Amino acid sequence: MEAIENLAQQEYKEGWVTDIEMETTPPGLNEDIIRFISSKKNEPEFLLEWRLKAYNHWLKLKEPKWQFMEHPAINYQDIKYYAAPKNTPKYNSLEEVDPELLETYSKLGIPLEEQKVLAGVAVDAVFDSVSVHTTFKDKLGDLGIVFSSFSEAAQEHPELIEQYLGSVVPYRDNYFAALNSAVFSDGSFCYIPPGVRCPMELSTYFRINTAGTGQFERTLIIADEGSYVSYLEGCTAPMRDENQLHAAVVELVALKNSQIKYSTVQNWYPGNEEGKGGIYNFVTKRGTCKGDNAKISWTQVETGSAITWKYPSVILQGDNSIGEFYSVALTRNKQVADTGTKMVHIGQNTRSTVVSKGISAGEGQNVYRGKIQVSKKADGAKNYTQCDSMLIGDRCGAHTFPYIDVSNHCANVEHEASTARISEDQLFYCKTRGIPTEDAISMIINGFCKEVFQELPMEFAVEAKKLLGISLEGSVG
Amino acid sequence: MALLEIQGLCGGIRDQEIIKGIDLTINGGEVHAIMGPNGSGKSTFGKILAGHEEYQKTTGEVKFLGKDLFELTPEERANAGMFLAFQYPVEIPGVSNAYFLRAALNERRKYSGQSEMSAGAFRKFMNEKMKLVEMDPDLAKRAVNEDFSGGEKKRNEIFHMAVLEPLLSILDETDSGLDIDALKIVARGVNQQRNDSNAMIVITHYQRLLDYIVPDYVHVMYQGRIVKSGTKELALELESEGYEWIRQEAGE
Repeated sequence: MEAIENLAQQEYKEGWVTDIEMETTPPGLNEDIIRFISSKKNEPEFLLEWRLKAYNHWLKLKEPKWQFMEHPAINYQDIKYYAAPKNTPKYNSLEEVDPELLETYSKLGIPLEEQKVLAGVAVDAVFDSVSVHTTFKDKLGDLGIVFSSFSEAAQEHPELIEQYLGSVVPYRDNYFAALNSAVFSDGSFCYIPPGVRCPMELSTYFRINTAGTGQFERTLIIADEGSYVSYLEGCTAPMRDENQLHAAVVELVALKNSQIKYSTVQNWYPGNEEGKGGIYNFVTKRGTCKGDNAKISWTQVETGSAITWKYPSVILQGDNSIGEFYSVALTRNKQVADTGTKMVHIGQNTRSTVVSKGISAGEGQNVYRGKIQVSKKADGAKNYTQCDSMLIGDRCGAHTFPYIDVSNHCANVEHEASTARISEDQLFYCKTRGIPTEDAISMIINGFCKEVFQELPMEFAVEAKKLLGISLEGSVG
Repeated sequence: MALLEIQGLCGGIRDQEIIKGIDLTINGGEVHAIMGPNGSGKSTFGKILAGHEEYQKTTGEVKFLGKDLFELTPEERANAGMFLAFQYPVEIPGVSNAYFLRAALNERRKYSGQSEMSAGAFRKFMNEKMKLVEMDPDLAKRAVNEDFSGGEKKRNEIFHMAVLEPLLSILDETDSGLDIDALKIVARGVNQQRNDSNAMIVITHYQRLLDYIVPDYVHVMYQGRIVKSGTKELALELESEGYEWIRQEAGE
């Protein structure tokens, strides 16, 4: 059993800032800023128009207030919406890349060197608002797989972008989606051609760097008929004093007989013990099983951010399509998570599975908010939802808001929920077997999260287990 | 060197003193039974020895393998060779028996400077112990005590004991809640582990268990003290007379 890191006493490891000269816009948002972003990226005309429509729609909207948590008001005019490293053209070899940037990547543990082909992971490293390098693009290209930055895809595959962008999360969907649609700077784009099984796990790393820069990533993944892709999203961020907004949008499109597996391990700076600083993670993630027999699985391990607000969802349009949501959300100190999923059953014989594990410690507040919707014509729909909460200490909270909305008379919807504590008795039991408190807590929590961890790709599962190592003095009982 | 030497032990919970002066010496190869009416402090005694946070000693000295017991944390006591079989074994969902025990055993080995046992070697070792205590192999795969029946939980305690090979085992009312068949299996499992180097403290209400786990010494506790000690005949006397004469002798 590996030793468990004492997270409460250890300085947040990723707390450092890269010093490269950045080209940034002044703080504030208006049409000019948006035109600037679009022109910087040489975007096709339709994309600029789309951004502007989204922006004008956003102006009419008000921030939602139904969420569980409160946060200090966000001043949208105080955010810099664009930041790019000085030399933006793409590089053919790493020798041309700014060496400080490379150091950033190596500190993040991203293997960009050619030798790392053996690791078998293609990496699209997003540095703040601009994508700098994409590895293994050529190798994937042989299979017809497109894996690039969103900006690149807008230039090289505009027809795909035009067809699918906003088809799963329209800019009208919600306040933050509208904002993102107006100002998104970059993200990942992935297209898997028919019948192709992507041979490696695709992955992306994010980093929020410049002070006051909102992170507005846009990711679009399209799995054509009969294809398969597994995508990993993992984040780190440096220690900051001011709150940083992260309002990303991820859209997944799974055509007939295809499968998309999207896994996230999120470790954004959560704020210090007093709740100061920390990232606001307000994300819209949604997938559509457009074709029959399609399958989309979301697996997430959320341990960071001051506030996590996201509902990775699946629209089950195709017959026999399957949606899955596996989640572990940890809140401690003063973190809040309002997370869950929506499964919308539209086609025939659709199935959804939801397994949500919330762990609250310190004064953390964990909310599961889920909606299972079965529309009138969705015959044979089946859902299983399991929502488990683990409370550590007596100052934290777990809250559940399940919505079940069934309009069809032969749907089968199951909801189970449980609340548990790590009791003194359990810890004492472990001690009498020679297992110390920290190891015992880690073991118990890993056991609690097992069902979710086994859905993660191997290397992510290891990282996820590490992230859950906790040392909580005086908060057990 | 005695395994356990207790002198003038007093202690209890928060403001309440429950143990009011216990002297006891336990050597390798011995089985000591502790009997007594409800509230006499039998379980408290076991918990103080094992190091339960809620129970504190107030005065007295306890030496475990020559070392001051109270200088050791509960997990150190376990690593040094103490074992507590719980009266109400605790469930640990999601953590398999096998995983749990291998972790525990390796902590013990680390403490004594031995190398860890690999998963393969442990599996073999565990299978031997399962046979020794007649443990259902299925139960080893399942989460610790999760959805176990009362009897299965108690048998699991004895299985844990077998795997960890403790020097001093404290069996806290292991017989409570067991039917006669389960009782016999538990007793057999315990007896299989008796040897000249280890020792056991068997805390029980009823004499019946002691028909199967035959003690070398029997001590009767009353109001936090050992008021009478004897051999296994003493247990039989209690069985036929009840605890009333103990109370009388103690001057009620």
